[in-house]
Amino acid sequence: MKAGSRLERVLRSGRFAVTAELNPPDSADPQAVYERALVLASVCDAINATDASGAHVHMSSVGVCALLTRAGYEPVLQVSCRDRNRIAIQGDLLGAAAMGVQNVLCLTGDGVQAGDQPEARPVFDLDSITLLRTARILRDKGQFLSGRKLESPPRLFLGAAENPFVPPFDFRPLRLAKKVEAGADFIQTQFCFDVSRLRQFMAKVRDLGLHEQVFILVGVGPLRSAGAAEWMRSKIPGVAIPEEVIVRLKGVPEDRQKEEGRRLCLEVIREIREIQGVSGIHVMAYRQEELVAEIIEEAGLLPRRVQPVEAAKE
Amino acid sequence: MRLLQDQPHLLETIYKASQTLLWPFRRWLKPGGWVEGFFITAEKLGKGILFDCRMCGQCVLHETGMTCPMTCPKNLRNGPCGGVRPDGHCEVIPEMPCVWVQAWERSRNMPIYGSEILKVLPPLNRQLEGTSAWLNDLAGISQKLPAGWSG
Repeated sequence: MKAGSRLERVLRSGRFAVTAELNPPDSADPQAVYERALVLASVCDAINATDASGAHVHMSSVGVCALLTRAGYEPVLQVSCRDRNRIAIQGDLLGAAAMGVQNVLCLTGDGVQAGDQPEARPVFDLDSITLLRTARILRDKGQFLSGRKLESPPRLFLGAAENPFVPPFDFRPLRLAKKVEAGADFIQTQFCFDVSRLRQFMAKVRDLGLHEQVFILVGVGPLRSAGAAEWMRSKIPGVAIPEEVIVRLKGVPEDRQKEEGRRLCLEVIREIREIQGVSGIHVMAYRQEELVAEIIEEAGLLPRRVQPVEAAKE
Repeated sequence: MRLLQDQPHLLETIYKASQTLLWPFRRWLKPGGWVEGFFITAEKLGKGILFDCRMCGQCVLHETGMTCPMTCPKNLRNGPCGGVRPDGHCEVIPEMPCVWVQAWERSRNMPIYGSEILKVLPPLNRQLEGTSAWLNDLAGISQKLPAGWSG
């Protein structure tokens, strides 16, 4: 065990894991976080707190995770290299670990131009791979990147992202190998709407033996409508949606597209579960936490063990 | 220039040759003084025209498909981000082909250093920005890793 987090225990036990994404609120009110977490907590093994995803400011992922651990929930802290340099990030990892965070997802981050403050300075001092290695150095060597010793190293289960659905396709599995070498214990992928592409990717992953070294959770999520799918495809970096999917959604009347999107998501989950080497799913749906919960239930992935809710001690 | 960039094998051969050529003179080729001034100008010109060099001072071209990773808007030195567009273009600058899509394709045509693209590269030493990468390389400065990184 690297960290002994619940997510790590579920994955190591061989059970099909479920993580879900919590979209941090534009609010300073902790209740806004707890309302969302309450919906997700009973249907997943860990809750991802995004770090200004799409380069839009929201409550910080460290803040959200601190609130979640105070209430006994299990978060995955997302850390992006876009906004902080190596000094800030190493400090945040220690701070988060001290607040009870045991899972970290190391990301490069979307470019600032994707957000509503494109005039901001992009940092990118580290990249996802050097960030992973840095976190592993903190954990395994008990040192900062500079070599300075830590009094008490953080126990972290380290994650990284991969996107099998965008070019360069034949480099993607090898890039995954680099992430494993840098220290990834688990992977959460971008949205999967193209299962055949995922199968090709996983075949190469198995050839390289990577599925035995890292737990792979495939990203899934419901499309609300054909229009929403087109918007996501053009506006959200890294989301690849095949034309057939959009045609299929357009093929049903507008008031039934949401239902069709949800059916499609369930089909994708069913197919993903049959792919050898896939250890779980990561469900994302922007500000539709209720829908995420319904999909996980309908996919037959319940019950997850109920989280022990320890109210934060005042 | 694009034509020359798409000859990665020629470029890696030139790289290897110039490294072999400069190696015996490393005693005299130290950072500082007019020697460095000369090299900085030469690199700015040569690598600037050829690779759109950003003078990071730690050239890794042979490890990144003879494609400058500093021209990636995220300065990624370890591979493409997850935002590459379906047409192989950059997430940040849609009209620009992704630096890493090109790097990967070129590395496939580099029999000498092509597999170096699979190595995990350390974080950049930002102190070396604007200095001569060739002299840093000969003096072993670019190879110096953060103390916690090595091992």
